[in-house]
Amino acid sequence: MSTIAIVIGGVAVTTAAVKAVGPVALGGRDLPDWFSSVVVLLAPALLAALVVTQALADGKNLAIGEETAGVTAGGLVYWRTNSIIWCGLVSAALTAALRAL
Amino acid sequence: MASASAGSKRFREGFREAVPFAIAGGMLAVSFGVVAQQAGFSAGEAILMSLVVFAGSAQFTAVAILAAGGGAGAAISAATLMNSRFLAMGAALGPSLPGGPLKRAAQGQTVVDASWAMSARGDGTFDRWFLFGASAVQFATWQAGTVIGALSADVIGDPERLGLDALFPAFFLALLMAEARTSRARAVAALGGLIALTLVPITPAGVPVLVAGTAALVGLTPSARADAAKGPR
Repeated sequence: MSTIAIVIGGVAVTTAAVKAVGPVALGGRDLPDWFSSVVVLLAPALLAALVVTQALADGKNLAIGEETAGVTAGGLVYWRTNSIIWCGLVSAALTAALRAL
Repeated sequence: MASASAGSKRFREGFREAVPFAIAGGMLAVSFGVVAQQAGFSAGEAILMSLVVFAGSAQFTAVAILAAGGGAGAAISAATLMNSRFLAMGAALGPSLPGGPLKRAAQGQTVVDASWAMSARGDGTFDRWFLFGASAVQFATWQAGTVIGALSADVIGDPERLGLDALFPAFFLALLMAEARTSRARAVAALGGLIALTLVPITPAGVPVLVAGTAALVGLTPSARADAAKGPR
């Protein structure tokens, strides 16, 4: 079997397993109060981490690049317009424009 | 439990609301198709990977490691770490899923970042039909984009020049702004971002996001628990 085939199969299996762990372990139960109050805050924590790791890091280096400016502009546009479409268009367009300079 | 018609209504709502993410995902998938071929994948292998994995960041990670000369073990481990945030998301989602363990495991496969965040009801529970709908449209465009990228890699060239890599962080930022409506949520977001940035230089990719999830433990403070007991925002 080729290396690529092993990687495709391996990543498919581990992805499915990782996604299954929580639902299998914690499914079908009533939420204790403390669990709910943590879960409510999990989305802000994870979303913020996804934003900064994609916009402010390049591999293992912290870096400010064209996409940092694009993402910031997209955030400002969303704040002013509440439009996710314009947020995306502006972020990609500004990033592409800065790269073309 | 919601009736079948209520479920299909929520499915359609999730499907519709995730369309911007699906368009962005489709464009990102085009670049995945291109990048995978540059790393030595055939068109068929790139398409197969999107079909059976359906986790963009993990796919890009595995391909980047192979392209840099890494082995299968390194590529699989790094992609798995990249996916580790799904442990936290799945744990949060678990109590909202009905059925036996196998059925719940199958439903858990539909979790992708945007769908998970959008299907949160704000009281610690999740709207599973909304989640399924939001992921269905993203699955469709992820496959279509990969096929386009894999079959026209020569024409497309360097996908980075199009700025597509800014789309997802920009969308996550928009979701965050919509989600973080309380001062506590904004403080947790700041803490999560800070934890992730601190860990980027010293841990493997993927770990910073998972560990940033611990910022949500602020929810264990007495004032946060008192607010949660009052119900959704």
